[in-house]
Amino acid sequence: MLIELSIVDLSLAAFLVLMLGTLSALMKLGISRQLYIAAARTTVQLLLIGLVLKALFASTSLAFILLISAVMICVAGWEILSRQQRKLKGWWGFGVSTGSLFVSSFLITLLCLIVVIQADPWYSPQYAIPLLGMLLGNTMTGIALGMDRLIQTAWQQRPVIEQRLMLGQTADEAIVDLRREAMRAGMIPIINSMAAAGLVSLPGMMTGQILAGSAPVEAVKYQILIMFMISSGTGLGVISVLWLISKRLFDDRERLCFKQLLKEKANERKYI
Amino acid sequence: MQVFNIKNLTFHKCGPINFQIKANEIIGLSGASGSGKTLLLRALTDLDKHQGNVQLDEMIQQNTAAHLWRKKVAMLPADTSWWFDTVDEHFTDHDDTNLLAELDALGFPEQCMQWSIARLSSGEKQRLGLLRLIQNKPQVLLLDEPTANLDKNNTHLFEKFVKHYLAENNACAIWVSHDADQLQRVCHRQYIIEKGKLENVD
Repeated sequence: MLIELSIVDLSLAAFLVLMLGTLSALMKLGISRQLYIAAARTTVQLLLIGLVLKALFASTSLAFILLISAVMICVAGWEILSRQQRKLKGWWGFGVSTGSLFVSSFLITLLCLIVVIQADPWYSPQYAIPLLGMLLGNTMTGIALGMDRLIQTAWQQRPVIEQRLMLGQTADEAIVDLRREAMRAGMIPIINSMAAAGLVSLPGMMTGQILAGSAPVEAVKYQILIMFMISSGTGLGVISVLWLISKRLFDDRERLCFKQLLKEKANERKYI
Repeated sequence: MQVFNIKNLTFHKCGPINFQIKANEIIGLSGASGSGKTLLLRALTDLDKHQGNVQLDEMIQQNTAAHLWRKKVAMLPADTSWWFDTVDEHFTDHDDTNLLAELDALGFPEQCMQWSIARLSSGEKQRLGLLRLIQNKPQVLLLDEPTANLDKNNTHLFEKFVKHYLAENNACAIWVSHDADQLQRVCHRQYIIEKGKLENVD
């Protein structure tokens, strides 16, 4: 039923990536290294997870599934941090990103498994792991974007924030515009994909199910479920991360204080 | 207000610093670039970490919510920032009946409230920045080189305006400037910051 892909098929696609990398190097766009690393990671990681899933589906041990989930959340949290242009303080940054992923992805997946899908047992790995994975992948992007936008704009607009403080605004009033902008930056990808779904793009999961032979209408229902979960999860995750970071940007006397949030670089010491 | 009292103030590498200002007084402050004049003003308005006791009459800085304190002890930075598109949007108190007279006193026409921020000169920003600041009716004005970008005539208007404000509101001011003649003109007393210490100027 499903046409199997051979090594040659995949190599052809890899050749395209290689071409893009060469083009980028020739035009000095500086993306080739990152592109190659990401492509290599995709290959290795997906092959590995293929093996893990095979083992996972064979067992239905709750502990094993929770362990895999924990690893997925931690890696996603670490990915969020490494997407930041300004480096956050180690454990605090990690706590914030994994914490917000926990709220946005783990809890939502749990809710969905128990209340909506009602698989038996509720932690059936065929449902639990792919759902969590899809949620993590999308909320991770939103959270990373929103977080980066808030920290970058706060850094660049430091004079404006301090001016607003000088005029007697509270820390919250001084940062509210930047927070709104960061929220937008974090939510735009999922809003775009919801708006374009079906008209411009056929989402990956749905396409996969149809390719594997499911009835299109069943695949569509699952896709709608996923879209709603992703958008609410991303929203919750971005809101919690922005709230935590904007609190951390100010000290107890409502002074702008990057020292609490960011790692110090030698040449920037006097500013934070 | 009656008295603004600074006791054992230390910040960065400066201090301990002690002085008092009474209502209607203007204190002049000078010192080489990088000596800590701006940092002193920032500590007084509580924008930077510092130690010591700063008190406005009965109001103790560290016991007052920071944003309320900054409305009373207000700083006009050397470079004012503007974040909306027009002047008007930065003024929160739209029922301020004095605003027209105040604009006039600083040499602005009424329409200036509709001006776009992009077309303001640095001198205009400085003067409008003062008007924006005094909407909070501060009791202590911390002025950081407020007339550095102004011509002679506007400097004169600015000085007159500040004196008038202090008299009307029973307030006081610290005036940072590199212009010795100006400090002579407007200040009742003068200090200089040298090596982190505040010295009297006779």
